[in-house]
Amino acid sequence: MNKLIVAASCALALVTGSVQAKDWKEIRIAFDVPYEPFEYKTPDGELTGFEVELAEAMCAELNAECEFVIQAWDGMIPGLLARKFDAIMSSMSITPERAERVLFSEPYYNTPGGWFARTDFSADVTDMSQMEGLTVGVQRGTTMDTYVTNEMSGVVTVKRYTTADDMVLDLEGQRLDVVFVDYPVGEQTILSKEGFKEVGEPVKLGEGVGVAMRQRDRDLAGKINAALRKLKNDGTYDAIMTKYFSYDIKM
Amino acid sequence: MPDFLFQWLNQNEIFTATTIVHYWDGLVTTVQLVFLSLLLGLLMAVPLAIMRTAKPVWVSGPVWLYTYLFRGTPLLIQLYIIYYGIAQIEGIQQTFWWTIFKEPFYPALLAFTLNTAAYTTEIIRGAIVATPYGEIEAAKAYGMSWALRMRRIVLPSAARRAVQAYSNEVIFMLHASAIASVVTIVDLTGAARNIYSRFYAPFDAFIAVAVLYMILTFILVYTFRKLEQHLLRHQRPIGS
Repeated sequence: MNKLIVAASCALALVTGSVQAKDWKEIRIAFDVPYEPFEYKTPDGELTGFEVELAEAMCAELNAECEFVIQAWDGMIPGLLARKFDAIMSSMSITPERAERVLFSEPYYNTPGGWFARTDFSADVTDMSQMEGLTVGVQRGTTMDTYVTNEMSGVVTVKRYTTADDMVLDLEGQRLDVVFVDYPVGEQTILSKEGFKEVGEPVKLGEGVGVAMRQRDRDLAGKINAALRKLKNDGTYDAIMTKYFSYDIKM
Repeated sequence: MPDFLFQWLNQNEIFTATTIVHYWDGLVTTVQLVFLSLLLGLLMAVPLAIMRTAKPVWVSGPVWLYTYLFRGTPLLIQLYIIYYGIAQIEGIQQTFWWTIFKEPFYPALLAFTLNTAAYTTEIIRGAIVATPYGEIEAAKAYGMSWALRMRRIVLPSAARRAVQAYSNEVIFMLHASAIASVVTIVDLTGAARNIYSRFYAPFDAFIAVAVLYMILTFILVYTFRKLEQHLLRHQRPIGS
């Protein structure tokens, strides 16, 4: 019995101790690599990428010592809740389902949706009278699907695909006039081929990607939000972004 | 509409008027696709089965190869080849064929028809081969020609033997038509997948569609039972 009391009080001391020690001079941040160009390892084993550099700048801003943790995607939220690390900066989109389990910072990036077509395409994608009767391809269940369904159903024919590859085949085979996909996906799978081009401007959709933290760490969220806001305003964010992207993902 | 149903629909987030219309469109597409492919498949299968039972190899051989090819590969692969393969043929977009193959409905109809025709050919062939030889001898003794023998004796008795196996093929075809959704056709399954991805509610979306397939299957089973009773009425015990 005595032993149990000692053990319990030790555990209690540890818990309270660690809570008091959280003035956030040390922050452990988790990434799932590789997800180029957001986080990946260089050939000599160094962790880098857009989100990694942004995290480094953020830590410098917070005067905190940051430890970067590699964590596979399916263990991300459980690892955070089990205190293996304090924050996730691994392209986690803000959704209501996730927001019930973790605390999100303000969004720090959002990849836009892009319009892609064959080079002979000439209509203006924002002009509904020109889009009338055309066939648009989207990936089922994406924010691009929701956008086209809500804004353009009745004007265009929407075809939904499970994979981007099937959609590109039908764009190639002229079954689709234009597709609306996540910009990096379109850049990789469509623009890399001959005979295709980007049309119109990329459109920002969804709530974007935020830093995920435990619900109770509201003080950390406050600090991170302040730091991100400062980086976005003083040009540091833009400098990092232009290193990795040719288009705007700022949010 | 009964009050409770009205209230349930009003407070339901998923089964709104929009989704019900979406399911209805899917149901119409599925029924059209399955009905047309079965009808065309059956029309093709009868002459093919007669050819398949013919003695000369140059008549039965090609039919054998056709049924072997289409029964030897998955329907999904056949659909992929016809839908995506045809679009890859150089210059097809400029010919009149493209007006047919541009939309996914006709490639799917073609794949389903060829597939079900292959299976039905083999079902009917089996039934023709099993014709009791005495019936044919008797017909010959009456001086019936080959065509008359086929029409009066062989095919009607083959139909009686084939109907149970064919009812299975019809139900399989209904369920196989679910793969039409992979080539962007919004059939029942396609509608369910769209609704699932919109509301993230797999149970609601797929159970609803499973019930619809079960209703369709029930109608088919009932129709075939009536057809069997009609075709096999001479086998019923006297007085029943």
